[in-house]
Formats: sequence, structure tokens, C-alpha cells
Amino acid sequence: MSTAPTAPVTAPAEPLLDATGVAKRYGAVVALRDASLSVRRGEIHALMGANGAGKSTFVKILTGAVRPDAGTITVAGLTRADHSPAQARRNGIVTVYQEPSLIPDLDVRANLRLTETPLEPFRAKLDELGLPRLDLGRSVRSIPLASLRIIDLARALAIEPDILLLDEMTAALPANLSERVLETIARARGGSRSVVFISHRMSEIRLVCDRATVLREGDTVGVVDVNEGSEERIVELMLGEIAKEASAVPERGATAARAAETPPRLSVRNLAAREVHDVSFDVRAGEVLGVVALEGQGQDQLFDILAGSERPDGGELRVDGKAVSFGHPADAIREGVVYVAADRAEALLMQRSVRENIALPFSSRIRRWGIINGSREGRAVGGAIERLQIDTRAQREVRRLSGGNQQKVTIARWVAGGVHMMLCFDPTRGIDIRTKNQIYHLLRDLADAGAGVLLYTSELNEIRLACDRAIVIFGGKVVAEIDAADADDTTLLRAAHNLGPRATAAILGDAPAGESALGEAAG
Amino acid sequence: MTASAPAVEERRARPLRGILQRNGWTLGLLGFLVVLLVFTKVIQPSYGVSGIQGLAIAVLPLALAAAAQAVVVIAGGIDLSIGSMMALTSVIAAARMDDQSAEVGVTVVVLVVVIGLVLGAVNGALVVVTRVPDIVVTLAMSFVWAGAALLVLRTPGGGSVEWLRDLVLGPFGNEWIPRAAIVLAVVVAVIWIPLQRSRLGLSFYAIGSNQLAAFRSGVSVGWTKFLAYVVAGLFSALAGIMLLASTGIGTPVPGPYTLLSVAAVVLGGVSLFGGRATIVAPVMGAILLTALVNGLTRVGLSEFYQPLTVGVVVVLAAFLTRFNR
Repeated sequence: MSTAPTAPVTAPAEPLLDATGVAKRYGAVVALRDASLSVRRGEIHALMGANGAGKSTFVKILTGAVRPDAGTITVAGLTRADHSPAQARRNGIVTVYQEPSLIPDLDVRANLRLTETPLEPFRAKLDELGLPRLDLGRSVRSIPLASLRIIDLARALAIEPDILLLDEMTAALPANLSERVLETIARARGGSRSVVFISHRMSEIRLVCDRATVLREGDTVGVVDVNEGSEERIVELMLGEIAKEASAVPERGATAARAAETPPRLSVRNLAAREVHDVSFDVRAGEVLGVVALEGQGQDQLFDILAGSERPDGGELRVDGKAVSFGHPADAIREGVVYVAADRAEALLMQRSVRENIALPFSSRIRRWGIINGSREGRAVGGAIERLQIDTRAQREVRRLSGGNQQKVTIARWVAGGVHMMLCFDPTRGIDIRTKNQIYHLLRDLADAGAGVLLYTSELNEIRLACDRAIVIFGGKVVAEIDAADADDTTLLRAAHNLGPRATAAILGDAPAGESALGEAAG
Repeated sequence: MTASAPAVEERRARPLRGILQRNGWTLGLLGFLVVLLVFTKVIQPSYGVSGIQGLAIAVLPLALAAAAQAVVVIAGGIDLSIGSMMALTSVIAAARMDDQSAEVGVTVVVLVVVIGLVLGAVNGALVVVTRVPDIVVTLAMSFVWAGAALLVLRTPGGGSVEWLRDLVLGPFGNEWIPRAAIVLAVVVAVIWIPLQRSRLGLSFYAIGSNQLAAFRSGVSVGWTKFLAYVVAGLFSALAGIMLLASTGIGTPVPGPYTLLSVAAVVLGGVSLFGGRATIVAPVMGAILLTALVNGLTRVGLSEFYQPLTVGVVVVLAAFLTRFNR
């Protein structure tokens, strides 16, 4: 509200929910700087922002789960300071999350009792949402997830809250239920209730929302009236300055061209699992392939499967042309497929030295049980440290290294161990820009040496900085493939929202993307 | 995921079958107990009224300890100080009741129950406030409570008032019905039934089942966890009093009750990860454990085999619980 409302406010009524100047920092990280949200009575209001814009922190503050450092929140003119979801609930703000907040070991009736939800209105809402014959004695654990989301929503609606917060609740609903939910929400429009609707699906927002508030880097950067063509404006606001910034593509040399002719290091065909649907792609030797996806589109599971932590339900994996099936990460490592996680703590022995951490993959193979070959290990490790420019002053305990240097150690161990295919899941999360650049170079070196690299990133510009090509995943499917040269943020962000192509992007999906996001993402 | 509305259709109401399904594990334990008793009787034909009496008296303290453990485990925690709390409360009772009148005895019982609540509250407050894992806090506190018990009584001693002993010893009407069994049933029912029907009882299950969902459903997680330890303290104090009632003497060194209470909970089919089952099954587990040890002694198996047998049965039960979903 504070800056640049794009359309004149038509009906200046007193807002039902009004949050202004909300700020929150976690240690040195500023999650929210100056966020605001103003929702009128009877309005359906979208809250939007790219990954890392501070949206989830803002939602947690609105629901009372997190206390803000600054800012005021008023409901119907009264200042609210909710310190728990229970308190927010009593104050008329009820939230429905993507993960239903029903207790798995209790039956539905006990869950209703826990939140003091009246039975008859709950039944009525269930009817309305298309789940009429629910056995209230059933244990929540035995009910399918999609139905639980509906039950959770019905439970929220049954107590007739002033403000309903829907946090990505339609993200994993089948199309028919999703439509019912949207219909039910839309019916509330103009009544006494307001809805704050958080969704990545642009089509849903266009369908039900009146206005949208856009967050970027912890600030509210604009409020947009939702109508034809407002999507462009929303995407622009979400990107901000970055969109105008000249996208300096670093040297990729001839690798991109060369990669096209080399055989694939990793070949994925029709991979299927709970959150992954029919995913196929190749990573060629000498190529860095980017993966772009909004949060929760199945990329976590995809990487888990590729790294051997989880078995797929179907599909085929080939490494260097050979069909493989991983039952354990050790199987993947044996085939030269290694995984670098965003969270360094998952990969490192924090109390041990840099040297030991890098050497771990050497000595951890059972087949080489016995005496560790000191000199050979020493050479490989020394070489890796040099190559990585790891600050050696704090080498005795990895714990004392900076996050960036820790991440370099996790990469270095695989470089030293010899790798055919490296899977990187948001490896630069929370790392300073200089170290980030070193990591890009490292990945490029790996590719030049003949390895394949798959890089999931939550920062769109990394596609241009570090990749040759990118695939975009939405709702568990690959919806687009974009050459790094064409991968400006607008193109990527549109593709990530499954909004369809503009000019250069090549869309793989056969349905006219964008128009059908509703039915398609259901899977 | 695509399956939606029809998947949640109402099942046809068959109350009896529902009860059987829900309490299958408990009924299984009951069956096992009957088999065990029949087996003992066959091996030793003289096993009869006095055997049942002895069993009921031996069961009482352990069953209450199991109830204490069950409450904490249902709420997703564990309490390793139950045996020590029993020792402390029983020596306090023994020291205060020795050679006293019946009226003083009543006062002491009330006092000891209050002390139990306080001990539980200290455990709970430490777990919630320090955020040190419950297993560590309660292990440490088990030493504190056991040490305190030694300060009250250096050596086994003290005594119980007469009415307390009469409460648990002997039959209740019919000679086959031991008083101890009636006391156990009444104590568990009086505390647990109202609790389970209250929002607090529901909250125990909620935080044990899924803390985040419970928090989002409006449950105060810290407060609920604290109260679970308080209830465990209450049951532990009652177990301590019953220990005194059944033996007639206060013993400052904790018995094997802490670990046996965990074993009884496992035998009762309660998941140690919280959120499941009722308190009845662990009590049943405690009865079974005692009957097992009792039976082994009567069969004439060397007592060296007893821990081994108990261990095997508990591991087996834990394994079987995996299929009891």
C-alpha cells in the first residue's frame, strides 16, 4: 500500500485487515523490511511474491506463529498482537495450510473437538465442498491427503472466521476439488468475510481474486487490481529492478554448443513418483542443466530419487547409457552420481577437519576397507583444496568455516573423488556473492572436465550465470525447456508459473499452458 | 491423489466390530494373560486364590507406573524418573505414617499426592523451559529424586497405617476378586476417564501425534507437555503409596519400575513416538509382565532366566506393534 498502487482504489472502505510496516529479521538475515497488507471486508486478496520475498514469514506473522519485530496489525480497526495460532483464531483469523493441520492419530470428530468446531456447520461446509458422506469416526491417518485438505478448509469455514488465510492450500488438490474450493471461496465475495489467498497459480488468482499485494525482498512493492493483463504487472512487480538489470551472461565458451553433441551422462525417462509426473530429460557430458521451479513443485522428490534416497514408482534412469536403479545413495555414488544439498549440515561432519571431510568418500567405501592410502588421499585432497581456494585458517573444524566455504568443501569432496554427474540442490542458498561466483566456476570446471551437472536453484539469475540450459518444473511436470541465453527472469518466472511462452521460450507441454494451469497441475 | 470424495464414504455402523478392532491389541493381551494363567495352573495345580491375590498385589505399583509412563509417551515424551519418584514418595509416606493414627495417614496420603504433582511439575517445567531432550532431563532428575529418597530414609524402614494396607490386601467380597485389582481399576478410571474426555486429554494425543499440526490447531504445546509430566507425577505418587501399602515398608532405593514401565508401555502396543493408544493397554501390559515373571517362578524356572524372557517378550511385542496400525 505504501508504494505505487497501480490502479486507483475504487471503494475506499475501512479495511478489515490492515498490516503496516511489518518487519522481521532472523539474526543477520532480513526476512521482512516494510511489509504491508490491507484487505477490505468481503474481498478476496492475493498475496504474492517470488521465492525468498518474505511471503512465508509474513504469513507466519499474520497467523500468530511468529512475532514481528515491528509493525502493527489491525483487524476491524482494533490492534492485534497474536502470539499463537490459537489467539489469532480467537481474533477471527483462521488459516488453512498446504499441509493440513489435522492430528493424524485422532479421528475427525476428535479433531473438531480439539479446535472447538461446531458439528452441523462443518457438515454443511463439507457438503458444499463436495465431500458429503464423511465418516467422522475415521482416523485422520487413513484419509487421503486431498480429502484432508478439504476437511481442513471445511473446519476453518465452519467457525465463520472474519478473515480466512489460505496458504497454498490448492497447490496439490485434484482439479475437481480445487474448483469446488475456488467456487466456495468466490461465494464469500462481497459478504462479511475476507479471504487472503496465497497461491503460485496465476490462473486461480485471476479467477477469484479482487486485488493482489506483491512482496519483493521483504517489502510490499505494490497492490494491483486483478483483471485482464494484470499478470504482466504482477510479474514485473515480483521481479523489480532485476528485470531491468542488463543480464550479463558470463563466458560459457563453446561448451554449450559442444554439449549438444556429447552423449548424455544422465538420462531420465518417464520418471514417476508421488510428486513427480512423467519427467524426462537428459544431462549431457560437459553441460550444466538448470532446474527452475517454484517451491513444492516436486523438485525435492526428483532430486531425492536421482540421488538414490528414494525409489521412484516408475520410469527409467540411465547413467552413461547404462540403466540403473538406486536403492541407496551409496548405489548412486558408485555410479558416480553425487548430491550436494542446500543444507551443508546434511553433508558434513562439522567437528572434523576439512581434510577428513574431503577424504570421506574415499575411505567410506567398504570395498576399500583397511588402511587408508595416506599419500594418494593427501594428494587428491590437497589438489581439491587448492582448486577451491578454501580458506585454510579454520581447517581443523569445518564448523568454523563460513557457510560458503562449507559448501565448497561439500563440492570439493566429490571433485576429489571423481564424479560423473553432480546433482546440486540450491547449493548457493545463503552464500555471499563472491563465493557464489567461485562455486559457479567450479561447476563450470567440472562440466568442462566432462561431468554433467544438474543445478536446481531458487535464484533465477543463476540460470544465466551458471547454466547452459534450464528445464522448468510445475506441478511435478517438466513444462518448459529454455536455453540459458534466452533465460531472462521474466521468461523464467512466467514459465515457472506455467504462464506460457513469450517469444523465445520453447514450451514442451502439449496443453496451452497458462489457460489450463488449474486442471493440469492436479496430476 | 486423484481419488477424492468417494474414498471417505461412511462405513456401515457395526459397533461391536468397531470396539473389537479398536481394542484388538488389548484383547490380545488379555487372551495371552488367560493362556498364561491356565498354563501356570496346569503346571502347578495348587495355583489358585492366593496366587491371584499375590499377582494383583505385585501388579498394582507397576501398573500405576505404566499408567504414568503411558501419559507422557502419548504426549510424545518419555519419563525416566518414574521409579525414583515412586521411591521418594513411598519413603516420605513410610516415614510420616510410621506408628501414626488413621487420620494422620489420610493427611499423609494427600500430602504425598501433592508432592507427586510437584515432582511431575518440576520435570515438566525443566523439559519445556530448558528444551533439553526429555530423556536427558528425566534421567538426570531420576538421580535427584533417588538422592532425595535417601535423605528421607537411609535404610528401608518406616511403615504404613493399617487402613492403607487393608485397602489392597485381601479379597473384595468374592475371594477370587482381589482388592488390589479393584483399587487399580478405580484409580485408573477416576483419573483417566475424565482426562481422556477433556480437551487436555485430546491435546496430549495431539502434541504426541504431530506437534506442528497441534500448534496450528490452537493447542498450547508447552503447557500441554508440562501437564503430561504433572499427571505422570500424580500416577507415580499413587504408585509409590501402593508400593508402601503392598510391602508395608519404605525402600529408598528405586526398584526396576522405570524401565519396566517403558516395557509395559511397549507391550501395551503404545508407539514410543507418541500419539497412539489408551492407558488401558499399558496397564494390561504391566499385568502381563508381572504374570509372566510370576508364572516363571512358579514353573520353577531359575530366576536368572526371567529378565531374558521379559526382554524377548517385549522385543516381540514391539515388533508386532508395527503391524497394529
